[in-house]
Amino acid sequence: MGVYWAIAVRSFRRFSTYRIATLSGAFTNTVFGFIFCGVYLTLWEARPGLGGYDVSDALTFVWLQQGLLLPVGIFGATTTGELGERVRTGEIAVDLYRPTHLMLWWLSVDAGRAAFQLLFRGGAPLLVGALVFNLNFPSSALQWLAVAVAVTFGITVSFGVRYLVALSGFWITDSRGVANLAMAMSLFFSGSTLPLVLFPGWIGEVARATPWAATLQVPIDVWLGRNPGGVGSALAFQLVWILILVLAGQLATYFATRKVVIAGG
Amino acid sequence: MSVIELENVSRAFTVSSRTGFRRTRREVRAVDGLSFTVEPGEVMGYIGPNGAGKSTTIKMLTGILVPTSGSIRVAGVDPSRNRLKLAKRIGVVFGQRTTLWWDLPLKDSFAVLQKMYGVPRARHRENLATFVELLDLGDLLDVPVRQLSLGQRMRGDIAAALLHDPEIVYLDEPTIGLDIISKARLREFLAQVNKERQTTIILTTHDLDDIEALCSRVMVIDHGHQVFDGTLTGLRASQSAPRTLIVDLATSLPPIEIPGTTVTKTEGPRQHLTFPPTTSAAPLVAQIAASYPLVDLSISDPTIESIIARLYATPHRSSEVSDM
Repeated sequence: MGVYWAIAVRSFRRFSTYRIATLSGAFTNTVFGFIFCGVYLTLWEARPGLGGYDVSDALTFVWLQQGLLLPVGIFGATTTGELGERVRTGEIAVDLYRPTHLMLWWLSVDAGRAAFQLLFRGGAPLLVGALVFNLNFPSSALQWLAVAVAVTFGITVSFGVRYLVALSGFWITDSRGVANLAMAMSLFFSGSTLPLVLFPGWIGEVARATPWAATLQVPIDVWLGRNPGGVGSALAFQLVWILILVLAGQLATYFATRKVVIAGG
Repeated sequence: MSVIELENVSRAFTVSSRTGFRRTRREVRAVDGLSFTVEPGEVMGYIGPNGAGKSTTIKMLTGILVPTSGSIRVAGVDPSRNRLKLAKRIGVVFGQRTTLWWDLPLKDSFAVLQKMYGVPRARHRENLATFVELLDLGDLLDVPVRQLSLGQRMRGDIAAALLHDPEIVYLDEPTIGLDIISKARLREFLAQVNKERQTTIILTTHDLDDIEALCSRVMVIDHGHQVFDGTLTGLRASQSAPRTLIVDLATSLPPIEIPGTTVTKTEGPRQHLTFPPTTSAAPLVAQIAASYPLVDLSISDPTIESIIARLYATPHRSSEVSDM
């Protein structure tokens, strides 16, 4: 297992070399944080208690959302984007020469990326938001722990989806179309456009059951302590998606490898 | 015992092309009935024109492609069934790609490799020290890979492929794009590794100087068939490429007429005569000197390039497969 840890560490270091990108990205997140706060303040003043959130819940949601966008990879992530590129160009063959498992390798790479971005892209906007607005924070060590687990699970679910999208390139000529579709779904169903608690009726039910809900909405609700069925069921919901996606990812890896090895690409 | 054994190995690909709505499928044999063995410590040059089946062979040897028929054993195992296990015992370098971490210092890539191949720390340190010295990597260890020149990067990639003491190394055009000095250094290094560690090296290249400097054995493949297997000298001898006699006369004269030679070119007083490789040049020179105002002359033997070009042009599955 040492190798996967070593890979994650190198990936973390790699992302730490992009200083200007990190800085400008964090700045952008902060600007968008203020814009969303303006919108949400108006909304929650007109309809107090909307979706079960009070005003400070809504504002906290904004800053957590801005902080998690990149670590979770709502718009896709550099790492899985590169994997898709390797599949497209056939360079993926190089990865098969290594005595490592493809999915674990890329999971480690993605984990290193997410850890870096969580600290430096997630932390900065949240800090600014907390200085300007009155935000909610977890109230107990146990809740902090739950948040940490939920965020980790959320990133893993997101990786699972992005990994499948990247591997789809083995069967279709270009996975970029699928990647765009996945991004649209992700923007809508993760809660990064509007909190999913605002979606009415069956649309809300469906949205809250998707894997994308497990990436962003669920971890934020754990932070806010607003999960409809409690923290336990929220984490279980994420875990179910992780299991499904890991299984699907392993199957996809198996068939992709088989395709390369038997059919020759 | 041979470290690599191929027996009647073939690999076919299905190529589908589309014209209008009709889809046609065609089978292409990239490798066809290939058999050879490689002994431990051998350095074999594996050459052939683009699309000859070189990469397909290497892919089958590393286990990322299964043969359509025939059997392969590398280091005693079937590569495609033992891909991950075999990966620990082989090294692979692609001249046109890198396996190094692009944005990180070179040493980070080496550190990951130590973990990846589970190389004991002491052994890793020892190997790294050797390669750093031989490949002059000392000043480069802290430099991000993206800032390295092509030659420096290549040295890094080669070190990376050898750090886990592989028994077999596949080098795919390792000197492509390098300048003459970098090429020479790399060849020297590979020769030394082969000598000191008995590493088996399979080298594909279009640069015949690589072959000349490194390989005790050359295999030529074309259209998936083996067309030559032997030494470089044997390769030269196998093809009856004509030799050329370049004659400078005192004045411009009509083409020289000597039996057994043909004038292929005249440039004023200079004439180019070709003659079969089996003919000795001495009597020809004597005859010319006796009948023409000879000023100067030189003999040029066919270059290895032209010999190989002839091999490629030969219809495949011919009787010219040499077995030496």
